Amino acid sequence: MKTFDIHKVRADFPLLKREVNGKPLVYLDNGATTQKPQSVINAIIHYYSDMNSNVHRGVHYLSQISTDAFEVTRRKVKDFINAKEEVEVIITKGTTDSINLVAQCYGKAFIGEGDEIIISAMEHHSNIVPWQMLCDEKGCVLKVIPMDERGMLDMDAYAKLFSDRTKIVSVTYVSNALGTINPVEEIIAIAHQHDVPVLLDAAQAVQHIAVDVQKLDVDFLVFSGHKMYAPTGVGVLYGKAKWLNAMPPYQGGGDMIKDVSFEKTTYNELPFKFEAGTPNIEAGICLAAAIDYINAIGIDNIKAYEDELLAYATEKLEGLEGLRIIGTADKKSSVLSFVVDGVHPYDIGVILDKQGIAVRTGHHCAQPIMDQFEIPGTVRASLAMYNTKEDVDILVAGLERALNMLR
Amino acid sequence: MTINEIQDELIDDFAFYGDWMEKYEYIIQLGKELPLIDEAHKQEQYIIKGCQSKVWLYPELNEGKLYFSADSDAVITKGLVSLMVKVLSGHSPKEILDTDLYFIDQIGLKEHLSPTRANGLLSMVKQMKLYALALQNK
Repeated sequence: MKTFDIHKVRADFPLLKREVNGKPLVYLDNGATTQKPQSVINAIIHYYSDMNSNVHRGVHYLSQISTDAFEVTRRKVKDFINAKEEVEVIITKGTTDSINLVAQCYGKAFIGEGDEIIISAMEHHSNIVPWQMLCDEKGCVLKVIPMDERGMLDMDAYAKLFSDRTKIVSVTYVSNALGTINPVEEIIAIAHQHDVPVLLDAAQAVQHIAVDVQKLDVDFLVFSGHKMYAPTGVGVLYGKAKWLNAMPPYQGGGDMIKDVSFEKTTYNELPFKFEAGTPNIEAGICLAAAIDYINAIGIDNIKAYEDELLAYATEKLEGLEGLRIIGTADKKSSVLSFVVDGVHPYDIGVILDKQGIAVRTGHHCAQPIMDQFEIPGTVRASLAMYNTKEDVDILVAGLERALNMLR
Repeated sequence: MTINEIQDELIDDFAFYGDWMEKYEYIIQLGKELPLIDEAHKQEQYIIKGCQSKVWLYPELNEGKLYFSADSDAVITKGLVSLMVKVLSGHSPKEILDTDLYFIDQIGLKEHLSPTRANGLLSMVKQMKLYALALQNK
């Protein structure tokens, strides 16, 4: 059993040492993107200093080592989420890219006019708009699982949404705006009773919670590298081989083909069928370093530490007069969204920034959630493994100062 | 006062405030002096896009001078709107169009003018100039 040493963890992230507006940085916008540990930064430098070359095509030495490194990432992702086979791991640009891929390709193969797609009321725009675009194109219908005032999905209503026209369920594992951890096992079990596959958006899950796609029996799972300590521009689509094989390719181009003539093109096999063109090689290779980093700390250690921090922060924030936490589900992860009576979230964000505290304000790309709660937006503090109780205390003091000015 | 005289006066005012906290308190104070938009004009067409907070801006031409009234649901944004209205309101459309708003940089609010800032100060300036352009030959 490894122990969690917060001082060592913090020392691994060079950016955390900098100042902002003359104050030591308190970075609480991890739901948007995380900072990178030195090992990931070193991997980026190593890639460009020692191996930069295109992947999957050159016979020369550098191309072979960069291809090998890229494929190491695929294997590490496979182990990280416990996929059955490496070919089930598609390297994409990120969560949004992965969802669009499934919407387009699964949509092309399996969805027609009058068919139904189930999403939830707590999705962010990336898990709404790709399906709406598909509905515009195909004439299919979007059904939405409602949620209650605490930000928990209405599971009875969910079970009743199914019909013989339901073709896919696409929901978030952890809500980026509310922090709710959805009962994904139950969501998947109910969908499978109707022979309907499930896509889980795990962009806010994989860096906080151990994810096992075989145990979940999930059909598709997507996430981004940059929210889990890796560079931007790389993400993952996990899909069961039976679905990926049954779907047509996404984009056409290099790497995704076997033979091309002007009469006919034969497509490559999984996973390359879905990886047209030169990928973000650097980010792809360095995702492996981020996974190594998480594994070295231990995802269960991370979860235990972050859960304790979330509980501490929740209690501290609730002590502020007029502050209301948005999203109070039984099971939550790392996100604290809140509003303060009579004060606009934007104003709070500006005054916190002046004190070196980075939070996000606004609708968090999840406008329908804000509409349901009838608020213009929230202030969101989102935690990562390198945050501390001291960060929370500074946030609370900064908030007190801001509210004194703004109220 | 000309637009530039008002700008210079604001630069002097802000020089008085040392740290960011005083500066923002002053901006919030300025928001309270903003000529408020008539509730009847708080319509979709007068909302400025590109703001995280809501901003309404209403133009009125009176004897060749363009007057603005406005409001926002965020107090800092309201203060920023108030600054712009203070500088530009009550001048001819041509004067407004020809103005270089150098004061923003000099009072240390340049960061708020970047096109990606969520407060939409830039959209606000653009919209005021657009109104001036549309009304200059009336």
